[in-house]
Amino acid sequence: MPENIKDKGVSCVHLTAARFKVYTGRRVVGEEEIDLKPLALFVPEPEFRPGDMPDFSGLELPKAGETRRPPTDAKAEDIRDLAYTIIRVMRRDGEALGPWGDLLDHDEALRGLKNMMTVRAYDARMQMAQRQGKTSFYIQCLGEEAIACAFQHALEKGDMNFPTYRQQGLLISAGYPILDMMNQVYSNAKDPLRGRQLPIMYSSKEHGFFSISGNLATQFVQAVGWAMASAIKGDTRIAAGWIGDGSTAESDFHSALVFASTYRAPVVLNIVNNQWAISTFQGIARGGAATFAARGHGFGIPALRVDGNDYLAVYAVSKWAIERARKGLGPTLIEHVTYRAGAHSTSDDPSAYRPKSESEEWPLGDPIERLKTYLIKVGAWSEERHVQTKAEIEAEIMALQKQAEKSGTLHTGDGPSPKEMFEDVFKDTPLHLRRQRQASGV
Amino acid sequence: MSRMTMIEAIRNAQHVAMSRDEDVVVYGEDVGYFGGVFRCTQGLQEAFGPSRCFDSPINESGIIGTAIGMAAYGLRPCVEIQFADYMYPGYDQLTQEAARIRYRSNGDFTTPMTVRMPTGGGIYGGQTHSQSPEALFAHVCGLKTVLPSNPYDAKGLLIAAIEDDDPVIFLEPKRLYNGPFDGHHDRPVTPWSKDDLGEVPEDYYTIPLGKAAIRRPGTDVTILAYGTMVYVALAAVKETGIDAEIIDLRTILPLDIETIEASVRRTGRCLILHEATRTCGFGAELMAQVQEQCFYHLEAPISRVTGWDTPYPHAQEWHYFPGPKRVSAALCEIMEG
Repeated sequence: MPENIKDKGVSCVHLTAARFKVYTGRRVVGEEEIDLKPLALFVPEPEFRPGDMPDFSGLELPKAGETRRPPTDAKAEDIRDLAYTIIRVMRRDGEALGPWGDLLDHDEALRGLKNMMTVRAYDARMQMAQRQGKTSFYIQCLGEEAIACAFQHALEKGDMNFPTYRQQGLLISAGYPILDMMNQVYSNAKDPLRGRQLPIMYSSKEHGFFSISGNLATQFVQAVGWAMASAIKGDTRIAAGWIGDGSTAESDFHSALVFASTYRAPVVLNIVNNQWAISTFQGIARGGAATFAARGHGFGIPALRVDGNDYLAVYAVSKWAIERARKGLGPTLIEHVTYRAGAHSTSDDPSAYRPKSESEEWPLGDPIERLKTYLIKVGAWSEERHVQTKAEIEAEIMALQKQAEKSGTLHTGDGPSPKEMFEDVFKDTPLHLRRQRQASGV
Repeated sequence: MSRMTMIEAIRNAQHVAMSRDEDVVVYGEDVGYFGGVFRCTQGLQEAFGPSRCFDSPINESGIIGTAIGMAAYGLRPCVEIQFADYMYPGYDQLTQEAARIRYRSNGDFTTPMTVRMPTGGGIYGGQTHSQSPEALFAHVCGLKTVLPSNPYDAKGLLIAAIEDDDPVIFLEPKRLYNGPFDGHHDRPVTPWSKDDLGEVPEDYYTIPLGKAAIRRPGTDVTILAYGTMVYVALAAVKETGIDAEIIDLRTILPLDIETIEASVRRTGRCLILHEATRTCGFGAELMAQVQEQCFYHLEAPISRVTGWDTPYPHAQEWHYFPGPKRVSAALCEIMEG
């Protein structure tokens, strides 16, 4: 029978031996003879579970502005400290401080704010549409808007993202039509992907957004390959890979790092550490042993850890890494520290595995509120304008939703034709598929 | 024209493809400076430089995953997996990524890439250097799977694979690298220089993917084979005197079912050969399709000779390999039916 042993908030499971011979008792270990205690498996547990009062006061959080900014040609070994700290620019009161804080003018910061507000409004409408049965599935990025929006802000046209399913902010910040995103989510007659992909698995080469896969981590390696191709061709475009804290455990994470490092690929490798992989806390990907950023150093890849809810910090750190890549200085690993404020997807219920108040207690705050506070403090924005803009964005999203629904939703209207199911498996449809299509009667 | 081994033909095909299109890049484990453990890429780094032919880390998922990224950029990578047995860590990248990117992006992104890998046994390679995993690729929609049986075809098919706009798995029967092996392992090796199909033009040519070749016309029975088994079939036909038509499939997906149908309807009998394990092997698919298309023309049950459903053994290699003795026995049996 399993016996739970509590040890500093971490539970270990000890299986009493019944079917196996176990080797315990008095043994010579080193130079002395001792009684060996039975070994016990260590299973990391999150600090707080439902019913607990989350308390992050123990979390070491550097003050905004106090982290140094090295030159972009710094060697990995000279900036090891930046993989263990958190680069922050904005204080809670909106003050922007330090060497990473001077990169965006007010108009540009305002553009970032509006993009984040658009992402949030879009997510809210699509989440609701799923609940209303208009589509099968949705994934929001609530609380993580700054990461994708600020990163895209720092990219140039022609660069290519290999995103996960929580980077819709890349597309919106790149100016991809929200109407097309909605058509995709609805798999309707105007779905650019012709109903073949799960909602939110967008694709747009023109907007530097590689086709999303539902598999985890595969795209991290592909980003490195795209970047290698750019270097082979003497191009100056760069690639960006995206991965979550949980899927850094996949072997493709290792594959990406070894290829990126070996060939000094012009790629920025982004880890979004939002603390949770569905119900599994980041400790199960061994986040507790070292930072995720620190994993770059095994390959000599410079690594930066940034406050992912701080738009200005994410922008500055991204810009630094992108510049390195574009100058031929090789890959950079960025860990964006954030918190997944919503459920993993519409199929998930986080109240079953984490305290409800954990999101509010999370010490990095809300990315939209923080940038808004900053812009008000510098006199470029006001509460009134914010309220008004929020209403305008929400109205615009609602109007687009109405327009999208004119082309149908998953279960209404004439969606993509069954005939299209047989197309694009290959460039030219081979005989066996033509026969199958005929047999299916379409 | 010159005489080439299959290794030389494959090397020459890549040289020709790289000369014609500077977007073709070649890499894999030991592929660059050394030229590959089977020497199939020898001289390419010297000819085209290290940015177009280079060594990769020992990481098949990385090799195939980066090739997908390169193909999405617009290159035409032709990568080597050292043995087909090593492809499994890259199988996710092949089957769920490379194979589906055109489909899932509605043609926005494509993956024109070729993955070469030596396949099959007959070299005392044991269970991790002898496998024939072609059915695992043919089962995946979006991949083309090619399996040549001689130097002339290998060159023409490989250039066609590299030029193809879809991902192509190119399986090279390693026992055929140096000669047309007919399964008689105890007899002297015949080199390609003594076989007509070892005659390979130096210049560019292609053989279309998806087209089978009739290696031997015949009237009594249709033998469907590919790779090493083509020469085993030829030996068995010679030894039994049965007038069999031998179809070398060359590409198993897309399958040239029309050539197969026409032949089986004429002969009324069909024997299927492969080296791979039996259950869910590609022979099972061939049997199903022949039965569906030719049932009323059949005069005997469709039969197959394959590897056994065991891991590929080391010392028992020639008990495992479906050699001419087993094929001859099956041929005689099908003629009695």
